[in-house]
Amino acid sequence: MKFKDILFTLSIRSIRLHMLRSILSALGITIGVIAISAMGMLGANMTLVVTKQISSMGNTMVVTHYTGGGGGSPGFSSSSSSDKDYITQSQFDKIKQIAGKYGTVYAIYTENGETIYTGNDVKGRATIYGLSSADMQNVLTIQNGTFPRSGTDVVVGNQLAERQGLKIGSKITIGDEDSSQQRVRVVGILKSRGLSSDLRSDSAIITSDDFFTSFYDKEGQFSQVTILLNNVNDSAVIKSAIVSQLNKKEDTVSVSDSSNQASTITSTISTLTTFIMAIAGISLVVAAVSIFNVMMMSVTERIHEIGILRSIGTQKDEIMRMFVYEASVIGILGSTMGAVLSFAIGYLVVAMLIGSTEFFFTWQSLFYLPLGVCIGTGICLVSGVYPAWMAANLDPVEALRAE
Amino acid sequence: MTSSIVEVCNVTKIYSLLSGDVVALDDLSMSIEDGEFVAIMGPSGSGKSTLMNQLGCLDVPTKGELRIAGKNIRTLNDRELTRLRLNTLGYIFQRYNLIPLLSAYENVEYPYIMKHRIPDNTGRVRGLLEAVGIDRKLARHKPPELSGGQQQRVAVARALVNDPKILLCDEPTGNLDSKTGAQIMKMLSELNEKGHTIIMVTHNPETAKYADRTIVIRDGRIA
Repeated sequence: MKFKDILFTLSIRSIRLHMLRSILSALGITIGVIAISAMGMLGANMTLVVTKQISSMGNTMVVTHYTGGGGGSPGFSSSSSSDKDYITQSQFDKIKQIAGKYGTVYAIYTENGETIYTGNDVKGRATIYGLSSADMQNVLTIQNGTFPRSGTDVVVGNQLAERQGLKIGSKITIGDEDSSQQRVRVVGILKSRGLSSDLRSDSAIITSDDFFTSFYDKEGQFSQVTILLNNVNDSAVIKSAIVSQLNKKEDTVSVSDSSNQASTITSTISTLTTFIMAIAGISLVVAAVSIFNVMMMSVTERIHEIGILRSIGTQKDEIMRMFVYEASVIGILGSTMGAVLSFAIGYLVVAMLIGSTEFFFTWQSLFYLPLGVCIGTGICLVSGVYPAWMAANLDPVEALRAE
Repeated sequence: MTSSIVEVCNVTKIYSLLSGDVVALDDLSMSIEDGEFVAIMGPSGSGKSTLMNQLGCLDVPTKGELRIAGKNIRTLNDRELTRLRLNTLGYIFQRYNLIPLLSAYENVEYPYIMKHRIPDNTGRVRGLLEAVGIDRKLARHKPPELSGGQQQRVAVARALVNDPKILLCDEPTGNLDSKTGAQIMKMLSELNEKGHTIIMVTHNPETAKYADRTIVIRDGRIA
């Protein structure tokens, strides 16, 4: 038995003597660590998944009509600085002239929330996009079928196809009964593109630009122009060139690139994660109060013993260390249990809520395990310091007198 | 040649209570020679325990000078007082005051470890336990598993483990039957013969007979 061990032995034996209440205190810490670690891992995984999705379109810039705010939604107009709420043909030409050498530039026609009827007159709503066939083949990927060959051929997003029960060859009627309607035929179902800043094609119908302009009479009225950059680092140059040339007199267009969106989304998720972790942290505060209570009970029950130890030559700092050991052991046990369970529970939570554990084993995600252990142990230490200090500073005569 | 190992010069101890000041020791002076066996007697509330606390460096006087092994305890800080308790004094209590979480062996070894910062590998702890009649089997037991006499024997071994100059005994036989009490007193006499200074507080005149000298205290003064 080494010198330090005899104080540690006393701490361990005290914990064993009051096993149930020590386990309950450690359990409080375990729950607290699980709460913050699992929430932290959930947030980290969410951020990583979204970042991956966004970075997959990281080379995309979108130019829309200026709506008074930052960016705006394609096809929706609000307080415009001009009469038009779309990108004109001449604006598109200018953008093409500026950005053409940096990548592929294409314009998109959009009609949001259009009424559609599918088999047996099932009514639904979908976004209709109009794209030139060349752009369609550049931008979209077919999962089943082919790209449109004639004017009334369309391709549909896989989610829309699933929702409306559409197959290759299915007929869709576009337009409301009150207005003009057009029957089209599904010739292809698109592969999912996920979160995208230019085309949200998963729940949309994509027609040829010729069909779109003739049906909606919107020739040269683009909802947005998309630039697929060859090099993502060119985005700042292009953005400034477009803004300086098209927004000379007044703001007519807004330019957004996905890196802005990425940072906004990740920062929002990060804020949410911190908020959720802070709420989870309340459980650790409760656990800290429990540890404090247990340590105070331990000191109160052992006042006479502290008096004996002091009378036979134990220094104040050694008494203090003995109680800090006790709090630390409870903290380390509780936190380690918490970390082990957090690993399993965090994995389940991430798998259930995000649907992907692709990033679970990354350091950004697993970092929350040691963090939880450190916070849990730290809180135990802090909770144990005052009772330990109190024990160390007891008057030996009074302590010996205590029953 | 003998010399004073304990010198108490005009020591006053006043406790400030809500109801007013209580004078527990009133300008008390005495000295105890090295190797002496002194019994301190007196009625309840006479100040015996207060004096023992001062001699045991658990408390310091309000006024006066108290020298233990040449050190004026009023000038020492808490760390130095604790070191003095560890190295120079051995305490034997009426209620044994063993640490319930440690075995008999560990109880005796504890002050040794505190002093030497290493466990005893010299056999001193084992030797002391055997000398007071605690065998290896009993030494493994925790205090609550031992009889009162056995616990007091362990307490004697603990008090001796760091070879202190002074043994302070506060009613060492107060909780023991007469036979066991006599055995403990015989043990203390033998220790005194080996050169230990023994200061013993007792109510029992039979026990006081073992001492070379008896000091009677009344109302905080030597009667």
